Amino acid sequence: MTTARQPNRLGEGGLIDRSQTVRFEFDGAPLAGHPGDTLASALLANGIRLVGRSFKYHRPRGILTAGSEEPSALVELRTGARREPNTRATMIELYDGLSAASQNRWPSVKFDVLAANQLFGPIFSAGFYYKTFMWPPTFWEKVYEPMIRRAAGLGRGAGVADPDHYEKAYAFCDVLVVGSGPAGLAATLAAARSGARVILCEEDFRLGGRLLAERYEIDGKPARDWVETVEAELEAQPECRILRRTTVQGVYDGGTYAALERVNDHVLKPLAHEPRQRLWRIVAKRVVVCAGALERPIVFGNNDRPGVMLAGAVRSYVNRFGLAPGRRAVIFADNDDAFRTASDLAQAGIEIAAAVDGRRTPSRAAQEAAEAAGARYRAVAVIERVRGLHGVKGVEIRDEKGRERMACDLIAVSGGWNPTLHLTTHLNAKPQWNDRLAALVPGALPPGMSVAGAARGTYGLAACLAEGEEAGAKAASECGFAASASRPRASDESVTASPLWQVAESKGKAFIDFQNDVAVSDVKLAACEGFRIPEHLKRYTTLGMATDQGKTGNANGAAVLAAVTGRYIGAVGTTTFRPPYTPVAISAFAGHHRGPDFRPARLAASHGFAEEQGAVFVETGPWLRALYYPKPGEEPQDSVNREVATVRGQAGVCDVSTLGKIDVQGKDASIFLDRVYANTFSTLPVGKARYGLMLREDGFVLDDGTTARLAEDHYFMTTTTVNAVKVMQHLEFCQQALWPELDVQTVSVTEQWAQFAVAGPRARDVLQGVVDPAYDLSNAAFPYLACGEVTVAGGVPARLYRLSFSGELAYEIGVPARFGEALIRAIMEAGAPFGLAPYGTEALGVLRIEKGHPAGGELNGQTTAHDLGFGKMLSTKKDFIGRFMAAREALTDPLRPTLVGLRPLAREDRVRAGAHLIPKDKEATARNDQGYVTSIAFSPSLGHWLGLGLLSRGPERHGEIVRAYDHVRGGDILVEVRPPCFIDPEGERVRG
Amino acid sequence: MRIRCPYCGERALEEFTYRGDATVRRPDSLDPGAAQAWVDYVYLRDNPAGLHKEYWHHSAGCHAWLVVTRNMSTHEIVAVEFAEKGASK
Repeated sequence: MTTARQPNRLGEGGLIDRSQTVRFEFDGAPLAGHPGDTLASALLANGIRLVGRSFKYHRPRGILTAGSEEPSALVELRTGARREPNTRATMIELYDGLSAASQNRWPSVKFDVLAANQLFGPIFSAGFYYKTFMWPPTFWEKVYEPMIRRAAGLGRGAGVADPDHYEKAYAFCDVLVVGSGPAGLAATLAAARSGARVILCEEDFRLGGRLLAERYEIDGKPARDWVETVEAELEAQPECRILRRTTVQGVYDGGTYAALERVNDHVLKPLAHEPRQRLWRIVAKRVVVCAGALERPIVFGNNDRPGVMLAGAVRSYVNRFGLAPGRRAVIFADNDDAFRTASDLAQAGIEIAAAVDGRRTPSRAAQEAAEAAGARYRAVAVIERVRGLHGVKGVEIRDEKGRERMACDLIAVSGGWNPTLHLTTHLNAKPQWNDRLAALVPGALPPGMSVAGAARGTYGLAACLAEGEEAGAKAASECGFAASASRPRASDESVTASPLWQVAESKGKAFIDFQNDVAVSDVKLAACEGFRIPEHLKRYTTLGMATDQGKTGNANGAAVLAAVTGRYIGAVGTTTFRPPYTPVAISAFAGHHRGPDFRPARLAASHGFAEEQGAVFVETGPWLRALYYPKPGEEPQDSVNREVATVRGQAGVCDVSTLGKIDVQGKDASIFLDRVYANTFSTLPVGKARYGLMLREDGFVLDDGTTARLAEDHYFMTTTTVNAVKVMQHLEFCQQALWPELDVQTVSVTEQWAQFAVAGPRARDVLQGVVDPAYDLSNAAFPYLACGEVTVAGGVPARLYRLSFSGELAYEIGVPARFGEALIRAIMEAGAPFGLAPYGTEALGVLRIEKGHPAGGELNGQTTAHDLGFGKMLSTKKDFIGRFMAAREALTDPLRPTLVGLRPLAREDRVRAGAHLIPKDKEATARNDQGYVTSIAFSPSLGHWLGLGLLSRGPERHGEIVRAYDHVRGGDILVEVRPPCFIDPEGERVRG
Repeated sequence: MRIRCPYCGERALEEFTYRGDATVRRPDSLDPGAAQAWVDYVYLRDNPAGLHKEYWHHSAGCHAWLVVTRNMSTHEIVAVEFAEKGASK
């Protein structure tokens, strides 16, 4: 037993396992707790109540709550790469080896240098960012901001990659129940008994909600027994799933809910292959929100001192965690519910100095509760100030008779409860002010949602049980399941309240928002300056920002704002609650989509072959393609130069399987292609291929590619790699939405065909060793742009196309994808005697730039057919997508930048992509800008750099010298404007 | 958001790709007088606070183009039809 080392642990009671000790560390000090503890409860049991320093003023802060709404007790959890800042001590389940540290203090939490900020309180008032550091303007970035960032801010991130992994999971159910307090358990039980598929999400690691923290009875037995009975029954229901440590974070359209499960935050590190956290997407036909209520503090002088704790949290620590959060307590509240704390404190042997009732009229129920516990009841009284710096040492109480000082070390405070209605407003419903409850309650609910229990403003235990059961049964029956009632017996406690909100005569700083150090004075100042709407107040004062989003502060903020501006609190309104309900790590949203796994990589058929050859790969669209194939001792540029030279001199092979491939069939296939391409395909003979240009309906170029006609009613289209999906979607739209009357079908066959380009003067010789001898590849039998079906390697079906992107004699050969790897090996073998080598996308790019073919840099979504020199391809005889708009005057204006080739005047100069084209003797200004460089390459064939570009009146200016001005990289060279094609402009080679 | 595809049943939003207004009709591209109609077709879109018809593509499913009638204020989906039937004439 090590309880002796936990000075504030009670001798008995609580839902902790006293037979086991859990060892942990806080600020380097070794401490002990028990299974069932949170970090907050273990710290309190060890007598530690000062756990951090506040955001702006570095004021000492302790533990205010026992739940996820905690604004103050934020710590750094874990160390090294797993360090997590701003973690709420109340939500950390204690485990052996846990290490945590206080934040925002230097050198120690007890002695903090920047606590001097308190002396400069006036500087840090509302809107101080906007006012104080205005002059001189240049000081903001260099002096003020770094200074503020050092002084403010809370915990430190790990600074290195998170070693753990996170996953996403999907679930579907009839009824989702949020929260497992009395209403939630009753709802789950009713729904589960009907046979409906039910998911119960509980934020805590233990079911029961407030029942764990109170000494209620249900069916004549302690409420905790009822919780265990219900839990056992639910566990036995095959269609009921209980997700503990799971917070429902958001509500989305169509009955979709996001929930974060903290799978392994309660162990030292996740087991191998287990995620740290799991982000659930739950689709539910009905949801019953039983999220309970959040207690709010009262605003009074120095109400942020460690030892000031919400009354409900005090009961949690005493009853659930078996510890004494103080030795001598004062209860300060404005509702009967809070005075029940007196009896729990008394039973735990904690002295009660006074029960201070802030209401204007005394309450008999409160008085009886206090006096039954031996506490002095002080009616119509308030705490004006708390004494003590690092913790509560006493209070100054004032009532009608006068002031009194009193020693105490714990203040159990309650300003009433706010229904936890966040989930009801995520789809834009507005909460409504309820005067009787002095709180916002759910307004109109989204489809499929019901609310039961305290979340709806129903506070009595019996009422919560009944309402929960009814809501669960109704939800199940709406899903088609018959539910019956069991009605657990319980009684309703008195919850009469009359809100005090704030002690107007407070001495010292009176805080509304503990996390952001927003005090009454800040709200007053903001209101004075015109920030009278909660949304404005939030931005100006930071009230309700950061990890707790004002869960304990917003209601008091609205009340103070109402008082200052002389308005009815119900008319003040509220800020909008948005998901997530509690902070969610970005890693959880990312799941496994991190780094190279951000999206799946698609691998071409020859990938294994290319890997063997030592290829360097590059991402193109969703694909990984070989960029170049280095040989030993080669620099990257050497490899590319060699590959280009091999294609121009002998032959090369390149995997072009990644091009989009679309099979188009049907009686009306040629009409369809005529309408989607700007040029004509109905006139294409069977056995021929043609370059095609597709426009968008606004007249700009969408994509290009070659399409082959395999039969009267059968075409095979290719698209660029990057636009494959977009073009497929476009064709499907045209076919289904625009012209459903056409008899045509399209299907993507990109994955079905492996396709290789074999290019170079020896390409025919190479292919003759691959294609079966029955097929005649001679120029006469299979000329440029021919296509047809052949067989390879003794009978494997293949399609052969005589196409050239490189400007050389070239073919593309396609086989069913499963033969792709075998085919490239066969091509390599057949090509060996002719000096064939594989080439990558870099060489492919150089070859096409030398030939002046437009590609990605030119097909950039801003160019027209005219810009690319394809104006004559636009058919005038037929309707096609983009026809009308492409003919607009501005799109055919010769002033538009048009495709040209660019050659550096000094041959050693390097042309840079993105450089602007400026007339030779003009200044490099926007006014003189006449175009830009779109693609560049070092041409091994010509021995210098060259480029393609878009230049105003380009075709008329061949031979002119212009400046290529690169402002970003400081380049400024002269280039000669040329026709885009640098190699074999007559095209003799492709026809050879 | 969830869309009930007539082929595949109710599926999550990320299976679909949005295109936009399904109430516009493609004018005749051979009619020289249709300039204003073309500008409207290509560029002008209504964004009503209420029911609207939109094109959605079941891109991670059956590849059907759908016309979804949706309340732009509440996101409630009132009807889902195949594009060839659903576009307003």
